[in-house]
Amino acid sequence: MARRIAIAGASMGGLRAAEQLRSAGWEEEILVIGGEIHPPYKRPPLSKEVLKSPGSIEEALAAVTLRQRRTATGIDWKLGAPVTGADLKGRTLTLATGEQLGYDGLVVATGLRPARVRVPGPLHGRHVIRTLEDSLGLHRELQPAARIVVVGAGFIGCEAAATATLLGCRVTLIEGSTGPMQRTLGRELSEGMRSFLTQRGVECISGERVAAFTWNDDGAGGTQRCTGVRLAGGREVQADAVIEAVGSTPNVEWLAGNGLDLSDGVLCDGHLRVLEAEHVVAVGDVARYPDRRTGTGPRRVEHWATPADTAKIAAPALVAGLNGTETPEPVAPLPAFWTDIFGIRVQGVGSPAVADRIEVLEGDPSRPADGAALAYYLGGRLIGAVTSALPADRQLHYRKLVTEAGLPASSQLAAV
Amino acid sequence: MKTVDVDRSLCDNHGQCAIAAPEVFRMNPDGVLEYEPTFDDSLLGEVEEAIDVCPVQAIFLKD
Repeated sequence: MARRIAIAGASMGGLRAAEQLRSAGWEEEILVIGGEIHPPYKRPPLSKEVLKSPGSIEEALAAVTLRQRRTATGIDWKLGAPVTGADLKGRTLTLATGEQLGYDGLVVATGLRPARVRVPGPLHGRHVIRTLEDSLGLHRELQPAARIVVVGAGFIGCEAAATATLLGCRVTLIEGSTGPMQRTLGRELSEGMRSFLTQRGVECISGERVAAFTWNDDGAGGTQRCTGVRLAGGREVQADAVIEAVGSTPNVEWLAGNGLDLSDGVLCDGHLRVLEAEHVVAVGDVARYPDRRTGTGPRRVEHWATPADTAKIAAPALVAGLNGTETPEPVAPLPAFWTDIFGIRVQGVGSPAVADRIEVLEGDPSRPADGAALAYYLGGRLIGAVTSALPADRQLHYRKLVTEAGLPASSQLAAV
Repeated sequence: MKTVDVDRSLCDNHGQCAIAAPEVFRMNPDGVLEYEPTFDDSLLGEVEEAIDVCPVQAIFLKD
């Protein structure tokens, strides 16, 4: 009987894992199981191009659906049926439908879901951006002159604020404890991005958090709808719709009860093998694995290239484990990310978020639309670079410098 | 030899392909993609990676 590798999660991570399992020589069964009804699709456009002009749902889906490698044949898909439980010792998965499925090897690729603002209030009129339906539903709210409050100034919050402004909305961005994209870009460039957003018409409110939602109550038991936010400092901001972009939560609850470290995603070694489990690997942004390029311990990486990078390591490790062959030495992935905001592209490489020193290489970070480049160091070693409104060949140049900086002495494959 | 094609109406000059397969794709000093349409079979793995990481899926392998 053919052995089966089950992949829990049918988004980009699940697809890349399936492809890489075939590349790694796995010729037996591959079953990809996912909660969404759509085949794997890319999410970056959901806060940008698709949010701005989605067209019909068919057009939007066609624009985001991921092409599959032609070599990835004979893959079975079970969509619209999320995995809700796992018995790793018994090698059995439970689906939301109640169905139970056995497996020989398992890939954890269940990704993230948006975190919510933890304040009471009706959900009507409040939006998150994770799925295609989220983006299409939010688009309908972004009418000219609509008052939109965006809570959270990470990449998605800033992109959504820019997109809504381009659609003619009046946008207020509640930044929270740090400035626009500050955790990734650092303070100087973040302040430059705030000036840029403000110039383009976004009202940025710094250092504030949402203390309460406001909502209408017709007193007749009708639908309650969110009408805005009240900030901790007392100010009220009215909104026709609120966008919550306050980070994300790894989908790992289904793995509970198996003795794994699920404190932030699922803990893996440098081969993406899940610790304390046999024949289980993880891919994508649910995986917490050693950051070998900074030597700062295991962390999750929520960037575009992460599913491909991690699948390329996890798939051969899983196949080697199942076949009893030697596990190949993994590469150390170098994360890459980008955002497009009001027509300027910010591109980054490495792990700027953990830097202890930032240096300006080109331009002026207080004017990011005019072109700027920054270097990020940790313990004197270059670990990241960010360019703003510069041609891609500049980003490639700085990427080369980060690559050449190599791995620190503290780099290790073990997770702890 | 194999052949690759980039749909210029889709290409947004992200440069991700030039990271994955630098012998086939490169960004010129204006930040515009240049590439070698035909490449040696030994580079297929890199080109497949470039196809995977292209944010706009503008790269196509030709038969």
